[in-house]
Formats: sequence, C-alpha cells, structure tokens
Amino acid sequence: MSAVGRQPPPFFRRGAAPFARLALFVILSLTLIGVDSRTGMLEHVRQSLTMLGYPLRTAALAPAQALHEVGAVLSAQADLRGENAKLNEQAVRAAAIILRQRQLEEENRQLRALLAMRDRQPASGTVAEILYAVRDPYSRKVIIDKGTRHGIEAGAAVVDDIGVIGQVTRVFPLSAEVTLITDRDQAVPIEVERNQVRAVLFGAGGGALEVRYLAAGADVREGDILVTSGLDGIYLPGLPVGRITRIVQDGANAFARILATPAAAAERSKLVLVLGRRAAAAAAEGEAAVKQRPKKGRAGKGAPRGQQR
Amino acid sequence: MKPTHDSTRILLAVRNWFIFLSFGIALLLDLMPAPPGWPDWVALVLTFWCVREPLKVGMATGFALGIAVDVADAAVMGEHALGYVLLAYAAGALSRRILWFPLSLQALHVLPLLLAMQVVTLAARMLGGAAFPGWTPFLASLSGAALWIPLNYLLLAPQYRPVEKDENRPI
Repeated sequence: MSAVGRQPPPFFRRGAAPFARLALFVILSLTLIGVDSRTGMLEHVRQSLTMLGYPLRTAALAPAQALHEVGAVLSAQADLRGENAKLNEQAVRAAAIILRQRQLEEENRQLRALLAMRDRQPASGTVAEILYAVRDPYSRKVIIDKGTRHGIEAGAAVVDDIGVIGQVTRVFPLSAEVTLITDRDQAVPIEVERNQVRAVLFGAGGGALEVRYLAAGADVREGDILVTSGLDGIYLPGLPVGRITRIVQDGANAFARILATPAAAAERSKLVLVLGRRAAAAAAEGEAAVKQRPKKGRAGKGAPRGQQR
Repeated sequence: MKPTHDSTRILLAVRNWFIFLSFGIALLLDLMPAPPGWPDWVALVLTFWCVREPLKVGMATGFALGIAVDVADAAVMGEHALGYVLLAYAAGALSRRILWFPLSLQALHVLPLLLAMQVVTLAARMLGGAAFPGWTPFLASLSGAALWIPLNYLLLAPQYRPVEKDENRPI
C-alpha cells in the first residue's frame, strides 16, 4: 500500500528534443552519403534491401505490364500479320548477312592467324528486358530483368539491335542497373568510322552525346558514324555508338564542341543484349596465345591451306 | 467533412496499420514507371502524417523511408533520407499552425516544404559532383501540393467513420 516506486503517468512522453533528433538524423544522413559515395561499403546493405523490395517492385510494374498486354490482345490481327511479314522479311535478310558473316569471321580468323594477331572475341551475351527507367532526374539509368543469377557482371557492355546503349553499373541477384551512354558520367572510347580518329564520347543530357577532347582542327564532319574503339577493354571494337550531328568551332577553345545522337534507341529500346565481359576473356586468350607460341611457325603454314578449302 | 481544426467534429483515432499501409502504397506509386512531374508520393504522405500525427510519425520514419527510396531510385544512400528528415522536422514543427487553415491554404504551406526538400536533395547530389538537371523535376512539388486536398479526404476517411454501428445506414 505504499506509494514508493510509483511513477507518475507519462503525460507528454516526447523523448529527446526535436532539434536534437533532427541533428542526429542529419548527421546520420550526411555520414551515409559520404560513406556511400566514397566507398563501396554499403553495397551489401543495398543488395539486401533491393531483394526485400523485390515483391513491391514487381507489384508496382504489374499495372503497366497488364496495360501493355491488354494493348497486345486488342491490337488488330491485320497489324500483327503485317508485322509478322515484315519480321520474316527482316529475318531472311539478316540470315543472308549472318551466313556471310560466318564465312567472313572464318576468313578473318585465318587472316589474323596469318598475321599472328590475337583473335577478336566473338560477341556472346544474355538477352534481357528493360523493366523501367530509374526515376531520377540526375542520371540516365535503366533496370533490366537479369542479374547475378543469370551471369550478369558489373562492367558488361549492353547493346540493342542497332548499337551500344550503355554499361552495367550495379548487379543485384535478379536485376541489374544499366547506365545509358546518354548519362553525363558515362564515357565511351570511340573512333570515327571513316578515318579511325579516336576520341571519348560523353552523355550531354537530354538524350544527346558529346565528343570531347578532340582538337579543333581534327578531321570530323557532320554525319560521321562513331563506333567503339575497344581501347577500354570493355566494349568490343566496331559497335555503332552514334552519329555526329553538329560541330561548333569556337576560336577561344582548343577543342571543338561536337554533338552527336546515339545510334541505338538508348532511351526507348525494350529488349537488350548484355555482352559477356570482354577483359577477362581477352586475358585468357592472351595466356592461350602465349602457350601456343612455339607452334606458331607450323600454324602459319597450315592456315593458308584452310583458306583454300 | 472539413479536415481542419476549425471543425467541431472530433475524429476517431488513427490506426497504426493504416499509416503503414499508406506508406506502402506511396512507395508502390513511387516505384511505378511514371511521366515527368509525377509527384513524390512518399514525401507527400510523410508530410501529411507529420502534420496530422506529429507524435506518431516523425524524423525516424522519414529517415527509414528515405533509405527505402534511395535504394529504389538507385541514388546515393542517404540523399533522400536527408531531405525527408528535414521535411519531417519542418512539417512536425508547423503542424499546429497548418491545421488551422482551410485545405487550399494548407496546400500553400506544403508547397514550400516539398520544394525545400527537393532543393536539399539536389544540393546533396550536386555536392557529389552531379550537373544541374533543369527545372522539370520541380514540377513534382507543384503536382504534390495540388494533390494535398484530395489526399486529405482520402487519408482521413477512415477516421470519419461513425462511432456507433448502425446496420441500416448505407455507408
């Protein structure tokens, strides 16, 4: 019956003062920003949170996909027939090119063997679907539906049926983040197809590209096709990247301002191909070449015979 | 129905699961593929609960939601967290003032809060070396503030239920 130890009812339980809490959380956020942008220590946290949010993300994408499917069902049969005919024609046309390409690749391989050059790596990759564009006005990124489970690695180049669209920058178990070439922070080493002038291509915002660090007097023209130079060891050489649309000569600047448009529908394509990592394969080939070197003399004699066949 | 302090009607207490549900739906809307000018639903719902229930929802909720949005948007971790924490603080501090105004004037209070949140996230991003993205992202705050009025009716609807059950009543 004693009143000792009895607490008064907590009328206004408010915890720490609001301003103290604000300071705590602001410091925590700033620390997180610093840690995440300077080090990669938070990638594991991000990976697990992404996995946790996977059902929510699937649910969020469901309405758009349902709408897409309803549209597909409702689209007229005539349209489909027309599209089918067009695709068949394309397939036949592509088949001719592919058949020739095999022969050309074989011929190329033999010629390279003659020159004792290392084989160019054949393109291989994983087909992936773009799920959605990241809702972030500061960057150009998309999420694709393949991840580490499907053998996607960070750093792999991503192309569509026309040209390069970007590079895988983050991989999650079931999805991956692709930074498009139109992103301001994304650089692609390129060369002008016409005369092999090498340069570096950056995103310029608004879906455009900009060739930087090319001297004002360099031999480039409007309409020149830009292809990857392959010097970075990531992109295969010779993939189309864009076309030069405008060259602004500025007397005050040592470099010309060169604008280009992407060849691929970098911001519109739906199906993409994630190319296998090139650097690792190239290194492996390099080792193989070193091992095979003693036989080179004989191989050189054998190759022309193969070509006559 | 008049969701301000002017109203003489005493509302039912809010249910915690309803707050959770509203945040879940806001995150879902945030993840949807959306046109430019799509409002920042999480920020909007967070502002709403910070104004309406400052003792239940505050900076800790804002911080957690910020981390979730950072992961969803593949942004730098902590960027939205910083913005949402400041937003929650400001909304909580202003809650006793805002609720005396009619809904349209409440929306005018919410607009600068949402804009300030965007400016803070933008500043955090630009300190990290990003370029200025133009003015279109700020449309999200305008559309968010415009949605304040319908959002009030939607999120307060459960608290307007009658206290006693009447089987013959249509709603």
